[in-house]
Amino acid sequence: MALNDVAQPETVTMTDRAKALAAWPIKLVATVLDVPFRFIQRIFGIGAMPYFFILPNMIFFGTFVVLPLFINFAFSVTGGTDLFLADRPYVGAEQYEYLAACANHLDPTTCREDRFWRGIYNTMVFVFFQVSLMVLFSLITALILNRDIRYRGFYRAAFFFPVLLSPVVVALIWKWILLRDGVLNAGLVGLGLDRILFFVDPQWSMFWAIFVSIWANMGFYTLILLAGLQAIPPDLYEAAEMDGTKPERVFWRITLPLLWPNMLVVIVLALIKSVQVFDEVFVLTGGGPGTATQFIVQYIYTTGFASQVQNFGLAAAASVVLGVVLFVLTLLQLAVVRNRDKA
Amino acid sequence: MADVAATPNRTLGGILTATRGNGRLHWTDVFTYVYLVLGVALMFGPVVWLVLSSFKTQAGLQEFPPTLLPLGQIEVQVEGYDQPLPLFEVTFDDGTVREMAQVRRIGIVSQMVDPDEPGETVQVPIDQREPVREMRIAWENYTKPLETFNFLTYLNNSVIVTAAATLITLLINSMAAYGLAIYEFKGRNAVMLFVIGTLMIPITIILVPTYLVVTQLGMVNTLWAVIIPGCATPTGVFLLRQYMLTIPRDLIEAARMDKASEWQIYWRIVLPLSLPAIAVLAIFSVMWRWNDFLWPLIVLNRSEVYTLQIGLNAFQGELNVQWHFVLAMTVVALIPVTIVFAFLQRFITTGIASSGMK
Repeated sequence: MALNDVAQPETVTMTDRAKALAAWPIKLVATVLDVPFRFIQRIFGIGAMPYFFILPNMIFFGTFVVLPLFINFAFSVTGGTDLFLADRPYVGAEQYEYLAACANHLDPTTCREDRFWRGIYNTMVFVFFQVSLMVLFSLITALILNRDIRYRGFYRAAFFFPVLLSPVVVALIWKWILLRDGVLNAGLVGLGLDRILFFVDPQWSMFWAIFVSIWANMGFYTLILLAGLQAIPPDLYEAAEMDGTKPERVFWRITLPLLWPNMLVVIVLALIKSVQVFDEVFVLTGGGPGTATQFIVQYIYTTGFASQVQNFGLAAAASVVLGVVLFVLTLLQLAVVRNRDKA
Repeated sequence: MADVAATPNRTLGGILTATRGNGRLHWTDVFTYVYLVLGVALMFGPVVWLVLSSFKTQAGLQEFPPTLLPLGQIEVQVEGYDQPLPLFEVTFDDGTVREMAQVRRIGIVSQMVDPDEPGETVQVPIDQREPVREMRIAWENYTKPLETFNFLTYLNNSVIVTAAATLITLLINSMAAYGLAIYEFKGRNAVMLFVIGTLMIPITIILVPTYLVVTQLGMVNTLWAVIIPGCATPTGVFLLRQYMLTIPRDLIEAARMDKASEWQIYWRIVLPLSLPAIAVLAIFSVMWRWNDFLWPLIVLNRSEVYTLQIGLNAFQGELNVQWHFVLAMTVVALIPVTIVFAFLQRFITTGIASSGMK
């Protein structure tokens, strides 16, 4: 178990087996593609080669990322139930108006599209608690794992393991634990308490949605913070020790200020991911009970794909709203990263 | 933070009693180990519980409170009865204890027979008997879904999607990265801007139009619909390009002198030198594809093209009462990532920490 050298990626060496594994498909494809590329070079010359190397990627990008981005706007200003844009009537801002129509915006039940607003409020609650708690626990874990403890590699691996599991597996593991006759209720009964129907009580459902999501993602942010901690020069701590500085003061005056750029990156990355919450919670609670754990992405999925009438226009309009939020968060992230690189 | 490092005694006991030099156990040392032990229990415990549960019989799973180990009731073959009978330990009113098999149960009374004297049946109130149990591992949880459900198809689809998508991703991303890293050409900055600009566009905000594009291309309900759209990851291009920039230009110039074609320079010189970065991208691609959920959920609507994740989700919806199958299949789904983790964990974690990918 060796997760010790997080801060020094250059020291990593690959095993021969991994090398061979990574190499054979490349060799295979390269042999096949060699002929056309030589042919192209003979006709167009070296100067044109970079374009041909970039071309395949640009075609994929264009078709599945850039083009859809524009079509999304087109969808959001059309109505009807047809998937094909040519068959969809132009309705202007109607979809957005439909989403926005509320007697009282703080109360989702007064909205025409109450599921959308319920989704927004649920997402806000989720994001607030998930991000703040996850960053807090990632920080505590990183600080502890940064101490000179025995079996540090093992502990790091343990906290990181759930990051690799698929959302479906994560959700099924916890669903199994939280069932009415599950092991957690057995523990409660053993302590002389009553069973709790976790997925019937809306507040418990939200709690477990947040908890499970933190459980599954925390290791990733812990790792980024750990890398940041290891980059702090040790002589700062030695100097503080010589001066007899209290550890609390060392934390507030040395560790936190120097770790702050990493903390910001972690907070913004966690925000971007948290706003898009879907997989784990969808499998865990199905959005229920009722709409208690239904989030924006699930609203888009249900509206566009999983309901009787597939309302693509409305789903696209909701996507645009989500896209704007993510765009703002991304700008924030770019600003943070630029600041960090300057410092 | 380096308080423990100062202590010379590195045995476990030494570390557990590590102090700040004044002979007292500092609260942070206690807190550290309590936190670590609880943390490991919380991170691995649920997975261990899943694996243990997956070996229980259907009856064993319905027990409340659940047992830790997969226990099953012993059944015995008694002369004169066609079916094997469940074995119980019966405490009689006079205090004697005998092992007896249950023939049938009527209300709160069960008819029992001593396996050694099959002729004579005894009436026993059910609260006087206790099932006799032994370790019983229910392998059929694993074998049955392979025969009766499409599980093998799902597994197969997932492997195809993961392998094909990773190969295409590696190829086109490394080609683009090579183009952007090695050449000075008109429009390079525009392309770079394009790549960085698309870095943060998640599939969640272009679900509907991407579905339209995939439908127009006739790929809905084929594995291509899952493989192709995610292949050109800007993250991959970016990561590989950064790595390729460090390759010395002299090498490339020398190859050109030797009349190597540009393609040969790419795959004979630049690619082998970029293997560490390519391996990181390969691991990530495998993880992304193996764990992908929302997009396959949208474009795969027929069960013969389901991937493992979609199949599992459908399983747990349909077979809510058949948790013994769901658990076993979940264990199968987590085996590959666990193996990857065990062998390549050092690699994965450094890769994540240095590139900030997930």
